[in-house]
Parts: sequence; structure tokens; C-alpha cells
Amino acid sequence: MSAQPIAENLFTEDMRALVGARNKDTGQIFFPLPLTPNDHIEPIALASRGTVWTYTVQRFPPKTPYAGPADPQNFKPYVVAYVDLPGQTMVESRLTGVEPDDVKIGMEVELTAIPLDPDAPDAEQKLIHAFQPVQGES
Amino acid sequence: MSDVCIVGAGIHPFGRTEGRDGMDQGIFAVKQALADTGIAWEDVEFAFGGSAASGNADNMVSQLGLTGIQFINVSNGCATGGSALNAAASAIKSGEYELGMAVGFDKHPRGAFNADPASYGLPNWYGEAGYMLTTQFFGAKIMRYLHEHGLSRETLGRISEKAFRNGAKTDHAWRRSEVDLETIMNAPMISDPLNKYMFCSPAEGAVALILASEKKAKELGGPMIRLKTSVMRTRPPGSFEVFAASIDNERGGTATELASKAAFEQAGVGPDDIDIAQLQDTEAGAEIMHMAENGFCGHGDQEQWLIEGRSEINGELPINTDGGCLACGEPIGASGLRQVYENVVQLRGTAGERQVPGDPKTAYTQVYGAPGVSAVTILQK
Repeated sequence: MSAQPIAENLFTEDMRALVGARNKDTGQIFFPLPLTPNDHIEPIALASRGTVWTYTVQRFPPKTPYAGPADPQNFKPYVVAYVDLPGQTMVESRLTGVEPDDVKIGMEVELTAIPLDPDAPDAEQKLIHAFQPVQGES
Repeated sequence: MSDVCIVGAGIHPFGRTEGRDGMDQGIFAVKQALADTGIAWEDVEFAFGGSAASGNADNMVSQLGLTGIQFINVSNGCATGGSALNAAASAIKSGEYELGMAVGFDKHPRGAFNADPASYGLPNWYGEAGYMLTTQFFGAKIMRYLHEHGLSRETLGRISEKAFRNGAKTDHAWRRSEVDLETIMNAPMISDPLNKYMFCSPAEGAVALILASEKKAKELGGPMIRLKTSVMRTRPPGSFEVFAASIDNERGGTATELASKAAFEQAGVGPDDIDIAQLQDTEAGAEIMHMAENGFCGHGDQEQWLIEGRSEINGELPINTDGGCLACGEPIGASGLRQVYENVVQLRGTAGERQVPGDPKTAYTQVYGAPGVSAVTILQK
């Protein structure tokens, strides 16, 4: 068995979009889909491209419940951003494929999936969502 | 309707006190407040109190005396103290009571607050993937604010520099030495753009305030510090709060804006009438945002304010005269009441080295906490 998403209902089946939620009464879209089903909420596939609205860098290894690599010696800081998906919502997400010091507000990014712990054996790998800079714009 | 007056105030020094638990620090503050007022515990008719991590406040009666007093526990996150004060003031305004107490205390372990996703209605993956950190929220929020309003990162450093400068003059502060701007700016980053000198730390401490009706206050004969208003508000749509896996594209207002507007209306004064302000500074960015959200300056004007020293103790609007949370640390239950304590001391003119000159008459506090609550008070003498 290969790497699996860290949770059900985080990504769509084809892993090409995040699953958000839409309030049928108000039209408000948010993320993630609530754990408890609700008559007023329906799942919606979120846009896979957006722009960085804001970000920060996690410079120190978090404590529990963090389940990624937390060894202070080898800890690699990661970027946490809010990605503006126009007309939908702004999703909190890691950024990948860009160094913390090179992140810019407004940069275009697209959805991908990354392993929570790149050093874990394949079978145990959990995939989390991340956005990466849009490459080779055509 | 009669005014509510603050007739006594007590504080247990903030910071770290080995061997004394949070509630004992609360008892210390209460005894000091009683002595300050010149009354005995038996005279206190009611109390509202709270702590986030040090037990139920009403247990204090076992040490203070089993007088049968009405003692209601308050739990409102960082606004716990503000909410206790608000409730105590309402009890007096209603005419039911003449003399009561608001108390807050806490003692937190070292390091950032640890949070459980489930208690915020979030799935476990949110914590496992490394998002369950308040420090990230503060970093991301002020990163956007600086960008939107063209403020430099040095603005954050200037806030911290001022906090430590004021803390050095404050006997109840935790951090009591000045740190220069260059040292602050070069410190290790915690959550960009905020570094270790720009965050407050969880800490320990306690504050107790004695409140009385105007009639009772006159009988007691001490300085009359009037609580013109005490307002608490929760967040409006489109605010940006901690532990949000998503936020609306359409941006909205803040709980602080709501609380501030209501407080000014109720007190019948405006930002220009305020002589001194204590604003929530969980991190340096919070003070910057709160300067504008409370109506004291425009969004983007903060850098110029700081460069010109307008919020220094001798400036036109001194802000966080005791060094705020940055210098005092943050015991959640006590933090909002510390701001009011500091204003009481300043209005009485007994703040010593950090006393605001010019006989200040109107003083403002604002505390903000998760998940989007804000409490404002305005005191007048």
C-alpha cells in the first residue's frame, strides 16, 4: 500500500482538489468539511489554484499533537499560508517548493500533496495538502 | 443610574513565582486589594472571578473566609478578567449590591500554549499536520496587516523596545530590563515576521479589584475612580481568528472595533479624550493593530506614531505604560484586570517612575482573546 491522505474527506477521490463545505442557506464556503454531517452543509471541490493572501513560517518544532518530524536538530521550518481561492474561501495550507524567504504575498500557487514525514517508510506515509508556486505558466 | 467606582486594587507580581500556585497568587492580590480599600473580606458582598489553568475562583473562599458570599466563576479565555469586571459592574449598576470584587489569576507552564484540535471543533489532522499553534496565527495576521498598510517590520521592534523600556520601570512587571532595537530586530525568528522579543510568554500573576456604588465609594472616602463603561463583544462575520482552517474571502470587522465603538458611545467620550491606554499586546503586532481598531490612529499611521514617540509615557497618548503583556507576560485570567489595575494606579498618580505626567483623567483598556472576544473599559476620575 502506498502513501495515503492523512484523513478521509480532505482531498477529492482523484487528489486534485480539497474538499470544502458549502452552507446551502447562506452560500458561505469554508474548509474543511465538518466531521458531523449536517443537512445545511454540502461538500464542494475547492479550486486548486489561488494566490498567497498571507503567510508565516513555523521556525520551531511544534509539540503534540504535531505528528511530523520534530527533532530539534534536523527540524526544517515550514511555511503556513492562507491561499485565496477566488469566489470561494481562503484555505490555510503549507507551501512547498519555495524557500521561506522567497515567499511573496500575491504569488500564484496550485494544490499538491506532500508527505507529512518524508523520511517515513512508504507504507506509513501520510499525505497532507500543500500549495506550490505555479510552474511554467502557459 | 449611579456610577460604579473602583475603590481598591491589588496585584501579585507577574512573571514566575516558584512555590506559589495560581490561586494563592489570587489570594495575595485579594488581600492587598482589601487593605487598599480599607475593608475586611466580610464586607465584600459578591465576587466574580476566573482563571484558565489554576482552578475555580470560588474556591478562594476556603482561604479568605466562609462568609456565604455569592461567588460566580467566569471562563472567557483571555477576556476572563474583563468579563469578571463587566459582570461585577452590572451587579452594582442593577442596584442589587453596593460592594463587590472582580478577581483573575493564573499560572501556566513554560512555552507556547498547547491546544487540542477537538476542543476547537477541528479534525485531528489539523494538529498532526502542524497548524495548532497560536504563534502561527499571530504571525500570519500581522504579516498581512504590515503588507496591506505599508508598515515596516521595524514597527514591531519599536513596540517591543517601548514595552521593555516601560517594564523596566514597573514593579509588577516580569521583564525588567531594557532591550535595544537592534538586539530586538536580530533575535531568532519564531513565526515570521515575529521573533522571540515580539511575543509575550505565558506567565503567572493575579489581580483583584474592589468595586462599589457611588454612594458606597463616597462613604469609603478614598480616591473616586469611576468605571464609566465596561463592554465585552464577540466577533462579527469575516474576522480573522486563531485556529481557522479557512477564512472568508470577504473581510469583515473585529470584536475590538465593536467593543471600542460601544464603549465610547456608552461613556460619552471619544478617542481624543483618552489620556492613557492599555491595549492587548499578546505580540507586538497586536498593539499595532489595536491602536487603529480602537480608533486612536488610522491604519498605517502606527509607524510614524512610534518614530515620534507619541505612545511613550511622556507622549500624547501613552500606551501600555507598565510594559503590557510583552513585559508582564500573560496569565490568561489576570491579564485584562492588570490593564485596569495599571490605569487605577496611573489615575491616582501613584505610578512612581512610570507615572504619566499631566494628571491623566480618562483611561482606556482593551483586552482581546480567542476566538474573537474583546473587552474594553473606560475609567475616569
